[in-house]
Amino acid sequence: MVKATSVTNDIRALRAAAGDLTQAALAQRIGVTRQTIIAIEQGRYSPSLEVAFQIAHVLGVPLDDVFHYGGSHS
Amino acid sequence: MTLEERRSWLFLIVAAVAYGVYLTTVLTGAASAPLVDVDYAPAMLISIAAAIVVGILGNVTLGALTPRSEQARDVRDRDIARLGDRVGQAFVVIGALVALLLAVVEAPHLYIANAVYLCFVLSAVLGSVTRAVVYRRGF
Repeated sequence: MVKATSVTNDIRALRAAAGDLTQAALAQRIGVTRQTIIAIEQGRYSPSLEVAFQIAHVLGVPLDDVFHYGGSHS
Repeated sequence: MTLEERRSWLFLIVAAVAYGVYLTTVLTGAASAPLVDVDYAPAMLISIAAAIVVGILGNVTLGALTPRSEQARDVRDRDIARLGDRVGQAFVVIGALVALLLAVVEAPHLYIANAVYLCFVLSAVLGSVTRAVVYRRGF
């Protein structure tokens, strides 16, 4: 699968850390489809800033802990 | 596959098949008479009307067959639709410009109508292909 964006994320790991939050549950809480969460997790879609903040809010971590750009992931 | 992705494929198939049938009809007629003498208008209008009707019925059927939980349309669907529209609209403009130039040089109506129809079809097909590819590969 081609990576369509330079933005990477740790949503999968953070979902697990948040008590095995499912993709469907995360999608429902931020008002998007499960397919969109899958696309974001796989790096096939860069979410809007608003959706990115909503994801971080639901996961209970700062935005920087969820999304990383290029080589900024430490 | 989401409902919107299915709709992209439906739109693509309907536009391509309708144009294919139209083209076959006109070219069959052209086998026995000069192309400019072929009565293309009825075939073109029927092809366009059939594509619209089949598209509507197909959309309704897809909606009925898709569980309600999978029918939601979100920000990603809207972004992808916008990208497809942008690609498709370029061909509508190209079609209008080609038709304008053909009208200026007083080309036969057959060429003007077909240039516009071809660009409509290219607009629908390429816009749908863009959506289908972006759904699969991302953007």
